[in-house]
Amino acid sequence: MTMPAPLTLLALRDASVSFGRVQALRDATLSVHAGDVIAVVGANGSGKTTLLRLLHGVVAYSGRREVSGAAGVQAMVFQRPFLLRLSVWNNLRIALWLAHRRMPKAERRERALQALGRVGLAALRDRPARSLSGGEQQRLALARGWAIRPDILFLDEPTANLDPSAKKEVESLLAGFAAEGMTLVMSTHNLGQAKRLATRVVYMDGGRLDTDLPTGEFFNAGARGRAELFLKGELSWSLDG
Amino acid sequence: MNTLSESSATAFDLIVGGDAGLLHTVALSFAVSGTACFCAAWLGLLAGAWLAVARFRGKRFVLLGLDTSLALPSVVAGLAVYLLLSRSGPLGSWGLLFTPTAMVIVQTLLALPIIMALARQVVADALRDGGDQLRSMGARPLLCALLMLLHERWAVVTLLLIAFGRAIAEVGAVMIVGGNINGFTRVMTTAIALETSKGDLPLALALGFVLLAVVALLNVVIAFVPRSHELQTAQLQ
Repeated sequence: MTMPAPLTLLALRDASVSFGRVQALRDATLSVHAGDVIAVVGANGSGKTTLLRLLHGVVAYSGRREVSGAAGVQAMVFQRPFLLRLSVWNNLRIALWLAHRRMPKAERRERALQALGRVGLAALRDRPARSLSGGEQQRLALARGWAIRPDILFLDEPTANLDPSAKKEVESLLAGFAAEGMTLVMSTHNLGQAKRLATRVVYMDGGRLDTDLPTGEFFNAGARGRAELFLKGELSWSLDG
Repeated sequence: MNTLSESSATAFDLIVGGDAGLLHTVALSFAVSGTACFCAAWLGLLAGAWLAVARFRGKRFVLLGLDTSLALPSVVAGLAVYLLLSRSGPLGSWGLLFTPTAMVIVQTLLALPIIMALARQVVADALRDGGDQLRSMGARPLLCALLMLLHERWAVVTLLLIAFGRAIAEVGAVMIVGGNINGFTRVMTTAIALETSKGDLPLALALGFVLLAVVALLNVVIAFVPRSHELQTAQLQ
């Protein structure tokens, strides 16, 4: 008996991104399937963030980017989440209004309440969003992403700049999202996190998509060439991080 | 009544006693400049937000023109509106010359570039910080810009106060299009100019004190509003 082919939500074919004369991403070909949790790893400047932005469609590109109808709602959590100078509650309400303008107000309110509860910020709903700690701001950004129930959630180094306890909280939320079947694409420097959360690992090198393997295979001698060197250089200190 | 101390004392009496002429002039000044700023705010905030996100050929020249208009001499604006509204001008049939409406129009023209240019800058700076995030949430460019005006509302309040300060302290343009008619189009600045030339220093000084107080109050508010907001945020952290 053969397994049905996974539903492809988004696909890139030879897609490139340039910023002026600098080519940040070259000929990227990648498919994102429903239920995937993809960790994009690589050194600084390798093009991880650009790949995420390209997948999300917020950057100009050449080549092909195909979005399935099943990936109509997308959200992205940026490395430094941008929060409006409004209350926690109003940040959530605006995100929901932007994503689902036709949804009844009561339903949007219900979703916002659920999202706040989900990330443990219900008690802080009336606080100015920018007065929250770094970890709380990141949790609010996750709540904002989760509340709109995206078909794909992109996360750009979601635990960078957070202390260990905040990192753990955010990682556990992401694990919960993944367990619910949400498709996640995240860039990370933390290989331990990639190993714990991801189903697939994509290794970027110098603006090229170098390796794309199932997580187990990537970490168990499947990586070749520069990906293997990257792993050897990084694994010794970051697997537990 | 020609010494500074005597004039100041009489001016003080006029203010404390609530002199009817003085109050009328002050009230008209606030009404004209307030209305002008209200109109300029609607137009300027929307146009400034749009300019921050719009892409079109020649935008650089439009921005250059906008920046130049920040230094528009008020008498030139007054002259332009005078030519428009004068009996032989294209809008002469409206009969607006030497009315408070004409003064509102000219002050709107003076406040508009300030509000527009500063709003554009405020929105553009904010978009560099969070534009991608808003776009990623589904906001179209103009909506992103309008949300940024909400986000930067304290800066918007400050720029509106700056525009109001320029409008209420302006003399040349309102003199040209308003005519400084007693009890009808006489505002603080034109009254000061007239009373000084007549030698009636107490009234000129009284109006000068009120005008100074208004400008000082605006500066206090401009300085206080953002800080109180920052303090509020800092106390919560």
